[in-house]
Formats: sequence, structure tokens, C-alpha cells
Amino acid sequence: MRVLVAMSGGVDSSVAAAVLAAEGHDVTGVTMKLWGGESDSGCCSVADVDDARRVASQLDIAHFVFNFSDEFDRHVVDPYVAAHASGRTPNPCIECNRHLKFAALHERATQLGFDALATGHHATIVAGHDGPRLARGHDRAKDQSYVLHVLSPEILSRCLFPVGHLGKAEVRRLAGELGLRTAAKAESQDVCFITRRGRQDFLAGRIPLRAGRLVDGQGAVVGRVDAVELVTVGQRKGLDLGGAGERRYATHVDFGTATVTVGTVDDLLVGRQALADRRWTGAEVPGAVLAQVSAHGRPALASLDGSDELVWQEPQPRVAPGQAVVLYDMDDRVVLGGAVAA
Amino acid sequence: MSEDAIVYLDCAATTPMRPVAVEAMLPLLRDGFGNPSGGHAVARAARKVLEESRETVAACLGVDPHEVVFTSGGTEADNLAVRGAVESAEGGAACSAVEHHAVLDPVLALGGRTLAVDSVGRVDLDALDAALDDDLAVVSVMLANNETGVVQPLRAVAEVVRRRAPGALLHTDAVQAVCWLDVADLVSVADLISVSAHKFGGAKGVGALVVRRGVELAPLLRGGGQEQERRSGTQNVAGIAAMAAAMAETVTERSAVVEAVRARRDLLEDGLQAAVEGLWPTSPRDARVAGMCHVVVPDVLSESMLLLMERGGVMASAASSCASGAVDPSHVLAAMGVDRRRAMGSLRLSLGRDTTDADIDRALEVIPAAVSQLRGARPVAATGTAAP
Repeated sequence: MRVLVAMSGGVDSSVAAAVLAAEGHDVTGVTMKLWGGESDSGCCSVADVDDARRVASQLDIAHFVFNFSDEFDRHVVDPYVAAHASGRTPNPCIECNRHLKFAALHERATQLGFDALATGHHATIVAGHDGPRLARGHDRAKDQSYVLHVLSPEILSRCLFPVGHLGKAEVRRLAGELGLRTAAKAESQDVCFITRRGRQDFLAGRIPLRAGRLVDGQGAVVGRVDAVELVTVGQRKGLDLGGAGERRYATHVDFGTATVTVGTVDDLLVGRQALADRRWTGAEVPGAVLAQVSAHGRPALASLDGSDELVWQEPQPRVAPGQAVVLYDMDDRVVLGGAVAA
Repeated sequence: MSEDAIVYLDCAATTPMRPVAVEAMLPLLRDGFGNPSGGHAVARAARKVLEESRETVAACLGVDPHEVVFTSGGTEADNLAVRGAVESAEGGAACSAVEHHAVLDPVLALGGRTLAVDSVGRVDLDALDAALDDDLAVVSVMLANNETGVVQPLRAVAEVVRRRAPGALLHTDAVQAVCWLDVADLVSVADLISVSAHKFGGAKGVGALVVRRGVELAPLLRGGGQEQERRSGTQNVAGIAAMAAAMAETVTERSAVVEAVRARRDLLEDGLQAAVEGLWPTSPRDARVAGMCHVVVPDVLSESMLLLMERGGVMASAASSCASGAVDPSHVLAAMGVDRRRAMGSLRLSLGRDTTDADIDRALEVIPAAVSQLRGARPVAATGTAAP
């Protein structure tokens, strides 16, 4: 099979390419240039391209760099900024997978005559009644099905996740055995286009940031924040409350008046969660699901009331508006669908 | 891709070494290892090679041997010219908007200005006249462009520079010109001239800056004071000998090679224009050096074409090579007024003396087929399915 492997310069995609080459596929590596601006944690620095290129040369496969920086700006960076500007919490990794890796690059692979696109994601693909379904990676701690949940059966039918059935330790061991220079490379962290100066610095150059008030449940002012655009429901760090006492969290953000209500963890709990853009990956609509609300969060049992509200079996912390809610089957394995917290 | 039949159409990126250059280099790598700055016989032997090479390069460029400063390549020569002139005269810097980054980036880093070009990529002489003033220490205008191959009207540029900015040095980056143009004649109007060995069959990591007599230039590299204090560091004697040998042969055979390559380039460009709908050259052929075919293919991306071309054994590039390997929108095409989207479909096919008729035939099979595949393919459905 002719396979295009997206190689970020990290260990997972390095081993993905190696596994496919070892299986005898006709493998070509590609590194996506995504971010044209300054970055120090990201997937698109020249050093990362060099690592990907070096791994490709060690594996004796062709390697190319494709420039998707315009698409990345349009589909990932601009919406990220717009989400913060309107008080929502974005997940740029999901948008990058949805619009870049598994759309722009996937289309490109098809156009170039490749039979499949492979990535180094920790996820697996299982057969469903009506086509392939996304499922969790073997290494639960590294599972990335949450950020891939938007992939349709049509897309999945031409995707490969060669390291999805491996543990991270196994991936590193294989990379070490092959002498790949990425074997001991640190995990990428955080949002790839945000530098170590942080989100606030990044956003301050793009949108006006407004100071906000922190109020308690009775409306009394208890502190302030530099930028209400950066406050996420459920957040604890960075809330300048002064003094000690019980841990307090942002339980509600009134974006219009720049007012953040803080409260205890119990104040965060809700019985129902409103959803938007809910979609199922297959034709059948399940009764009960396990819903996961962050990349590595623990899923909780819920059912769907109509189409737009999730009813938790046990009260759960409110989900920040804009965050993805991914719905798994009752075995906590197969992705059944997803939505965005309203 | 069949490994045995590579069609190399990227001679503007680098050229295969000429056998005469390899032969000049090998004995120096094996035995003639002396440091030319030394005082004993082993050193003197290296010094002899160095100075003979300097004389050869000087003769090829129509300058005096004392005017040749050997460098680590074209980039260093360009940086030395721009930075050295600015530091020495404490004036500003200006360059054409289509310069190689080795000129453009130092000029911009020094707070310098760029000079507008016309739609072919040639410096606009009226705009030049208006843009220059007497505060400039250096004006840099290349001889032949590395992306498009377009030749600048250097003599006319020099006339304007002498009149409008009489205190400024005129630098020309002749890196892409040595194979194709009578450089000795054309650069006689310049004060500073950059060349790079690997563009004409020499080794990588060697170049020269011609610094005309009487020109003041601060060094970039200070140290042992080699190259008349203009470029410290022990000379790359073997590489310099190879450059001299390659340059001598290039100049000797140039007129014959130019005619042969021009005929093949025209064959290639005619063939592409006939076979690929909408393909257009970014400049008229007679504005370009003989080896360059630079075209834009509408509705397809360079990076996709290059992948398919490589599968068909044809190696080329989109524009100039960059560190990341990504195809970035070309500042050269932007300066020529080509819009960004169209510029993303550019293809640089640069021929050399070793390019054969069979290479052209192969390229004329592979490139149109690649374009048809890319234009014919349909994207698959977008991600996600609608809610039931």
C-alpha cells in the first residue's frame, strides 16, 4: 500500500513510519509546516523538521515538507483567538486534526495517489456496522481519541494509526532499537503556536484583553483577573483571591460584564450539560454513553435528553463553553460521537 | 521511482562537481595539506596553489588577483559586502526587492531599504533614481536572479547609482550568473562581486568576493588577518583550487554550453506550454539566463507537483531552497506583482551543461502527467457526518 505518513519530528510519528516501512508498505514522510510565527514548544520548528527528515533518511523513505501555514491560520489560529475573544474555551488540537491533518493533508494524500494517510496518534480503528469507527489507543494514558473524535468513517477508511496498539514505552523502545534520534525526545506540550511567554502574551498582541472582577456566590467582589478572556469555567490556578481557605474555582463567567463567579468544587457540579453541534459517528443513537470532557479526563456515565442535553448520572463539574464533549460506548472504547459544550 | 534514471533539473540549487574540479581537489586533500599562512616548504606548496587559484579566478572575472577575497561561499560573500560596506562607511544599505536572502536579510537587518522591480523582476530605473540618496553606503543588485533567472540591467543601474548615490558602493551577487553570462564584462561596473563555487561545478563551502582596488570594507571575521585582513581564517585550499579549475573550464566552454542549454531549455518550455494548459513563464525567455525555465502552473501547488515529479525521477524545486524544506511564498514573485495564490504553483526547472535531450523528453512526460493527476483528483468528503 502507498502510505503518506505525517511526521512531526516526534517519537510517535517516527515509529509509525518505521512500523509501516517494516511491514513493507511504500512509505513517504511529510512534515506539515503549520505555524509561520514564533514558537518554542511546537510541531513546526526547523529543528523538528530536521528530526523528521533525519528519521526518514534513517528509514530510507522519501520525505517532503508541505506548507499549510495559511490553512492553519484560517482554521486553527484565527478561531482560537476568536473563541477567547468571545469567552469560549477553544481546543486548537481538535481543529487542527479536523481541518488540517485529516482534511487538507488527507485530501492532498488522495490527490497524490496515496492509499492511506498515517499519523503517530495513539488511537485505534475498529470495524463498525456501517464502516470504521475510532476507538481508544492501547495506552490509555496516552490515548488521543478525544482530539480525533471528529473523524468520519469516510476519513477513517483511509487512515492508519500504526502506534495506536502500542504502549508509549514500547514506542520509545522501538525507536531506540532503530537508533532513531527522536527516541528520547520530550513530549510536545501545550498549544504548539504559543511560546513560553504564554497565552496571555499571545492573545494580547491580537485582541484587547479586559480585566475582570471575581465575585462570590452572593455577588461580593473577592478579587480580580487580568484578562477575563483567559478564564475558563473550572479553572483554579491564576485566580487572585488572596488568603488561604477552601480551594475555589471559576464556576461561571459572565463575559459581557467581565464578571467571574468563584465557588467551591461543589458549586461547579451540575446534573445536566447543554451541548451544541452534537454528531454521531454511526447511524444508531445510543441510550447511555460515557462522556469525556477533556483530553485526558475521566469519562462519566450519562444519557442524552433529546439531542442537545447531556444528563449526568452523577452530578459533574460544569464544562467550559467551547470544550469538546466526546461520547464513548459503555465499554469505554469506541467513539460514538461528540459535541461542544454550550 | 527508478533509482537509475534521475533527471536533475535543479542546477540553480547546486551543480554536480566537474571532474576537473574533483581532480584539482583530491591531491590537496591527500597530500597538499599545508597551511598557506605558514613559512616552511609544506606551507609554501599550499600557498602556491592558493595564489595560482587566485590568479585563475581573477582572470575569469576580469579583475586583479589582489581583488579576490576567498570566502566560505556566496552567502558569506554577500554578507561581507553588505555589512562590511555599511560598517566601514557608516551609511545605509539598499538592495533590489528580488535579491537572494543572503543579501536581502542583511540589508533589512541593517535597517536598509528595498528597490522596486517591474513585472519581469528587473529593477525599475525610475524608481531607483527616486529611491537613492547620498546617505547610502552600499547598493546591491544581483546579476541573475536565483529563482527566475532574470538578468538585471546592471550597467544602467550603475549609472543611476553613480549619479544619485556617488558615495555608495555597488555590489552585485553574480552567484547565478557565472555559468551563463560574460561576467567579466558585466561586473566591471561593480565595486563588489559575489560568486559561489558549487553553482558552476566546484565544491560547496567555497566562494569569493571581489573587492575592487581602493574599496574600503570592514571584515566580518577578524583573526589571523588572512585574505589581506578582509577575511580571517585558514583558507580552504582544496576547495579554492577546485573552484579555480571549475571556473576556468566554465568560462572556456561557456559560449558553446550556453547555446546548447538554451536550445534544450526552449524545447522544455515549448513542450510544457503546449502540454499544460494555462502554464505561463514568469518572464520572457530573452530576459533570463539560458539554463532557467521558471513557470507557474495555475490551480496546482508546487509542493504536490514536486512530489509526483520525484516519483517520476525528475528533481526540481519551486523557488530557492530554504532550511525547513517548505515551499514558502516567493518574495521574488511577490515583488513582481504575482499574487500569492498563483505564486504557490511555481516551478523552477534549472538546466546545466550535463542536461541531455533524454532528460528533457522525460521531464515532458512526467510534468504534464503530474499536473493532470493533480487537476483531475477530487477531494474526499469532509470530516464528520451530519446528525441523524
